[in-house]
Amino acid sequence: MTTHAADHDHHDDHGPVKGWRRWVYATNHKDIGTMYLVFALSMFFVGGAMAFVVRAELFQPGQQFVDPGFFNQMTTMHALFMIFGGVMPAFVGLANWMIPLQVGAPDMALPRMNNWSFWILPFAFTMLFSTLFMAGGAPASGWTMYPPLVLQTGNAFPFLILSVHLMGISSIMGSINVIVTIMNMRAPGMTLLKMPLFTWTWLITAYLLILAMPVLAGAVTMLLTDHYAATSFFNAGGGGDPVMFQHIFWFFGHPEVYIMILPAFGVVSEVIPTFARKKLFGYSAMVYATASIAFLSFIVWAHHMFTVGMPLSGGLFFMFATMMIAVPTGVKVFNWVATMWRGSMTFETPMLFAVAFVFLFTIGGFSGLMLAIVPADLQYHDTYFVVAHFHYVLVPGAVFGIFAAVYYWLPKWSGNLYDEKLGKIHFWMSAIFVNVTFFPQHFLGLAGMPRRIPDYATQFTDFNMISSIGAFFFGTSQLLLVYIVIKCVRGGEKASSRVWEGSHGLEWTLPSPAPYHSFETPPSID
Amino acid sequence: MKTTLVGRLVQRTVGLMVAGISLPALAAWELNFQESVTDVGQEIYDLHMLIFWICVGIAVVVFGAMIYSIIKHRKSVHPDPATFTHSTLAEIGWTTIPIIILVVMAFPAAKVLVKLEDNSKADLTVEVTGHQWNWHYKYPEDNVQFFSKLDEASNIARRGINNIDVNTVANYLLNVDRPMVVPVNKKVVIKLTANDVIHAWWVPKLGGKRDAVPGFINTLWFKANKIGTYRGQCSELCGRGHGFMPIVVEVVSDADYAKWVISQQDGLTSVSTASPIPGATGSVAASTPVMTQEKVVTTAGSMVDEVAVMAPAMDKAQLMKRGEEVYQVNCMACHQASGAGLPPAFPALTGSEVATGPAEGHIDNILNGRPGTAMVAFGRTLSDEDIAAVVTYVRNALGNSVGDVVMPADVAALRGE
Repeated sequence: MTTHAADHDHHDDHGPVKGWRRWVYATNHKDIGTMYLVFALSMFFVGGAMAFVVRAELFQPGQQFVDPGFFNQMTTMHALFMIFGGVMPAFVGLANWMIPLQVGAPDMALPRMNNWSFWILPFAFTMLFSTLFMAGGAPASGWTMYPPLVLQTGNAFPFLILSVHLMGISSIMGSINVIVTIMNMRAPGMTLLKMPLFTWTWLITAYLLILAMPVLAGAVTMLLTDHYAATSFFNAGGGGDPVMFQHIFWFFGHPEVYIMILPAFGVVSEVIPTFARKKLFGYSAMVYATASIAFLSFIVWAHHMFTVGMPLSGGLFFMFATMMIAVPTGVKVFNWVATMWRGSMTFETPMLFAVAFVFLFTIGGFSGLMLAIVPADLQYHDTYFVVAHFHYVLVPGAVFGIFAAVYYWLPKWSGNLYDEKLGKIHFWMSAIFVNVTFFPQHFLGLAGMPRRIPDYATQFTDFNMISSIGAFFFGTSQLLLVYIVIKCVRGGEKASSRVWEGSHGLEWTLPSPAPYHSFETPPSID
Repeated sequence: MKTTLVGRLVQRTVGLMVAGISLPALAAWELNFQESVTDVGQEIYDLHMLIFWICVGIAVVVFGAMIYSIIKHRKSVHPDPATFTHSTLAEIGWTTIPIIILVVMAFPAAKVLVKLEDNSKADLTVEVTGHQWNWHYKYPEDNVQFFSKLDEASNIARRGINNIDVNTVANYLLNVDRPMVVPVNKKVVIKLTANDVIHAWWVPKLGGKRDAVPGFINTLWFKANKIGTYRGQCSELCGRGHGFMPIVVEVVSDADYAKWVISQQDGLTSVSTASPIPGATGSVAASTPVMTQEKVVTTAGSMVDEVAVMAPAMDKAQLMKRGEEVYQVNCMACHQASGAGLPPAFPALTGSEVATGPAEGHIDNILNGRPGTAMVAFGRTLSDEDIAAVVTYVRNALGNSVGDVVMPADVAALRGE
């Protein structure tokens, strides 16, 4: 055993192996985190290319470029790639990199399972992508896979089910790893209520994943047997119920929504205090609010399906439960504002993304509150108002959270400072065009444009054009992120160990870049 | 492919800029709900606006505080950060105030919901069934039923046939061949179901939508207080034709409704006779022999008497011409213009066993569909002439050359079995 201090930077006695083995046989949490992040970034571009097709087709009324069937494949695949390939792996990548550094652990608790949970993903997504070339095309029933429509999928059907299973297995293994690491490998003295907020939100997210993903696995397995084994889970003709699938799916699906946003809450709760040079306001309230949101996420699923026909009591219960979520979410927003209040703020790129997150996620929260009101939802449901709502919480919500995290920790990962000027340009391009893209969609939905249609009545033309132009520029500006990251990794001004003036937490006690093996001796916590 | 995707986009963008001056002419710029024509719809609108303004109020406070803080508490003007980390009073405040606001919102919401769910005391009940991709309406009390599908003008324009500019098509994608007709100021209860996959029935001006679930019956109701034509469309993804199954409801006076019912009952025996194809096909209506007398309700709602022409048979040229039109409207979306299909979900017709085998089997396939596949039954949506024409067309075009001719009488004979 060495007795080196935790921040000692002479760990090159056993650095990474050279060549492909470093990545294929990877067990180091930093390498695996990097692979997750690179994978997620590439999936963002694949899913983004599909969004381009959708927005190009919707630029004008009339059939423009693609057949309506292919259009449905694009909307379906866009969602699957963005949710399961982009947002979720990006957060797992951040967890891999940062949780051991934040709790003072040498690595994740189960490094080989960590390797496996990553390496499942490229296979799952290659398989899913290959369905585009199959007879009958890719899945086209929406990412929600509602039967009976999904049962009309061609040869892609079993591949869809298997790839969803693989994504679920990967997520569950990733979550087990997070929970075991946090529960067992915290540095001595780091009680649960001393953990950084990012670690806290990930701990709760991991429990959500473990509870929700098996439910999805069950639902898609029932689809599989309905299709191939003559069961009738979702077939009314055999005594089943197509709506039962929706109940099961959304029992997974609503926690899934929080799986994609809670870690972003954590990131923002790290970034704002750093750049406000002031401690997070109401730390324990933040933790309890996160836990409350997680609990409520399991009892609100039917608000995704108010139109399926449910008893009055059901409608009322799910409306009131959904409205309740506004309370802990409000607490979080108020706490972020209170953290900024009378701080001493500077606005480097991570802070810009975090502040934009608070503004724009809150707009998504308002439309969410409106959608909770059942009578009004019967008008909003399945229109572009919903599309606008969930893109507001997912793009300037989850994705801006990821961007903030990348800019915030990139100097720690690479040892170099990124180009601040380019980062700010990336921010302003993203923040402006995300609104140009998605804000007009609120109007389209209210005026009556249903979602998932490949062509529309001519009165919807103008806002669709604006939205398409915004989407084109938003997507294109993300190339800048790739350039900034590559430039930063290749060199640049050296980062100090603290990087930011107001940084706080164990990860900033390590040198930049963080050594390949860190915290081999646990740090001591006051 | 003639031009690349990017090329076409550039072309269209430039075209748009050139046409920029005329944009306001097409511009709707609708920002909010369509004006409702039901009392409950108005209440939903009021509820929606109430919540909207509450959200705006909260936004002004929260965003105002943030913007103030961003301006006043930046390092350049406020170099020494405060050190407070919590405030019990503030935290209790911003937990309880939102709860109070939510309760204020919940009461009117629950009230409207209770009203919405009251399906009792129907003046008129209509059974509505969603199909891929049209709607079937049945008035059990009046013994009227019919299919309603996208009108031909939209259907031709949407596929870019003849390069028709969709902006010149009236009510593009929101018009049907036969609208649903209901009397004004009457409580219309809709019993909603679906034949194949889940659809959703929605006319924004008549209030909220409901899903049409195969095997289950959902109920919704509306009571329109204004005579007029109201348009909507399917709003649950139901496959490739999802965007192309609109809903048109004509709200008419009691007297007009009574007249409409009588006219429909007259034509009930020929309810399966499809309406003629207007638009690009021009005079098909006049040139196609109509076997039975039929009254067609035009989309404007006026009654048009078709001239009854008794024609025992059609010649092959007529059948092929008509068949091509029927094919484009009903079959091409899945089986493709070339007949190659999109296997395996949508098999090829060119050289297929069905299309080159005995004619009876071919007719049966179209009349009754193929259970367990995406091939739906057209027996109730297409007339004998249309089925005869399209069978003849498929057997002698799209790369097939069986050589036989199927007459409407052949279809009628099989229909009887």
